[in-house]
Amino acid sequence: MLNHLIGILFDGVAYGSLLFLISIGLAVTLGLMNFINLAHGAFAMLGGYVCVLAMTRAGVPFFAALVIAFVAGGVAGAVFERLLYRHVYRRSHLDQVLFTIGLVFMSIASASYLFGPGQQPVHLPAYLTGQVRIAGIDVGAYRLFLIGVVAVITIALTWLVEHTRFGAQVRAAVDNRIAAEGLGIDVARVFSVTFALGSALAALGGGLAIDVLGLDPTFPLKYIVYFLLVVAVGGARTIKGPLIAALILGVFDVAGKYYVPQVGSFVIYALMVTMLVIFPNGLFGRRG
Amino acid sequence: MIGVADARWTRYESAFWLLPVVAYFALPTYRPFGSQILIAGLFALSLDLVLGYARIVSLGHAAFFGLGAYAAGLLAHHGYGEPLSGLVVAAVVAALAGALASLLIVRGQDLTRLIVTLGVGLMLYEIANRATSITGGVDGLPDVSIKPLFGVFRFDIDGNTAYLYSLCVLFVVFCFARRLVHSPFGLSLRGVREGERRMPAIGISVARKLVIVYTIGAAIAGIAGALLAQTTQFVGIDVLGFARSADILIMLVLGGAGYLYGGLVGAAIFMILQDRLSDLSAAYWQFWLGMLLVLLVLFARGGVMAVLVTLAARWRKPRA
Repeated sequence: MLNHLIGILFDGVAYGSLLFLISIGLAVTLGLMNFINLAHGAFAMLGGYVCVLAMTRAGVPFFAALVIAFVAGGVAGAVFERLLYRHVYRRSHLDQVLFTIGLVFMSIASASYLFGPGQQPVHLPAYLTGQVRIAGIDVGAYRLFLIGVVAVITIALTWLVEHTRFGAQVRAAVDNRIAAEGLGIDVARVFSVTFALGSALAALGGGLAIDVLGLDPTFPLKYIVYFLLVVAVGGARTIKGPLIAALILGVFDVAGKYYVPQVGSFVIYALMVTMLVIFPNGLFGRRG
Repeated sequence: MIGVADARWTRYESAFWLLPVVAYFALPTYRPFGSQILIAGLFALSLDLVLGYARIVSLGHAAFFGLGAYAAGLLAHHGYGEPLSGLVVAAVVAALAGALASLLIVRGQDLTRLIVTLGVGLMLYEIANRATSITGGVDGLPDVSIKPLFGVFRFDIDGNTAYLYSLCVLFVVFCFARRLVHSPFGLSLRGVREGERRMPAIGISVARKLVIVYTIGAAIAGIAGALLAQTTQFVGIDVLGFARSADILIMLVLGGAGYLYGGLVGAAIFMILQDRLSDLSAAYWQFWLGMLLVLLVLFARGGVMAVLVTLAARWRKPRA
């Protein structure tokens, strides 16, 4: 019974880590530019397809495919930011929502045109499949791997934000954009770089997520609520906020689907509405 | 009365309302499709009150449409098929749900509202999906038999009754909405839209205005849903789907939010386009729809109505 509980907790944490990895870019765009990017999940989907294609068509090993997905996501993010997104930063939230929903629809249609409507398979390396025994409890090797990857990335991100010059510029821009610009920080460039980084992380998350969330053309729409919720509950000012929000979300979703499967996704929607009622401005406060 | 000059019906508006009447006689084979457009127009009108006048961005307005559809559908399913009282019940059910949801909506800002509306919509969909013994789940609710309107007019396969019934309901609700936005309440809504932070300074509770308009918007959406259930004599689970919420939002911004007429114009354009283009392939339709949205935001803010208003102003200027 207790082992069971720990198993669910573990799966939930792995799932939450994945949500965090995909959503962190969304938090940055919201915190930095007050921009609601509903198409963020499309970058994750892109990463997933790049990963699958690299592995099945080019025979690239899993880890190399993940790196390719990361790079592809970053490049796509930078290109889209330069060409499209920058035209709608100063628009109303309604315009941003419509614009990015339009992009979501186009990405879904393109993906089903190119790759068909079905689920894509992923072949994990043998050492990432099966179970691993830790302290007498069997846990999925891939789940353990996910948690490890996200832990490393979180530490790297924290270091980037708190101990580098670039991180200081990002923090300054989030806290007070006008003052940051007055100090000579090129906020537009800072934003381009963080947008690309956020997209790259989402694409990496998308590649890692194939085995957990699946990959089909409706991906950007299917998980949009989860990504938005991580940001809305966690806030956009810290790395810690979205991380904790994502973990809570992950654990509750896994536990809900395990213990009360008959109500389906209801648990998570109810949790989310409750959290937003109690914390209308997020767990750690949010601007905008 | 404030805003009376603004509230007078113009001849353009009269001409506009002649269109559906002309269409009834000119295109008799399209009456079933026409009633779908009228229902979508009514639904878009309800969103216009919420979005165009109260600036609440909603991604889950189908929640109220679906509630209305299920309310009217379930009544008829269990043997009570009188259409007009069915509409009233649907409006009341949707209004109650709207009032509840509005309490959440006034608490947050745009992002929170977005998620709450989206979440409430998904939650209701999930309930309808799981409660198969009540709603029929994904198979939909069958055996929705509606009694003849006023005991005389049957809902026939040609869609004659459906068309005229939908048109009359649309017109009556439209007159109500038009009256509402030109009333002092409507003016204070406009005040909220233009300067939300200043309204409390002149003694107006923004939250209360938003709760009221959201509730009314929900009630009208419920009526639209009930109309669909009654005229098609079926309730499919897609009445609660995200696609319906997104489509109605697109129809409204395509036509132009904040004019009342925008939703009607947008619904007609959208439905006709969809009818023509989705024959090619569902996936293509979604692609063009996305493209349309992106282009609308980039190049045609305010939709068809804004273009018409600009043209009209330009045309009037030389004479003045």
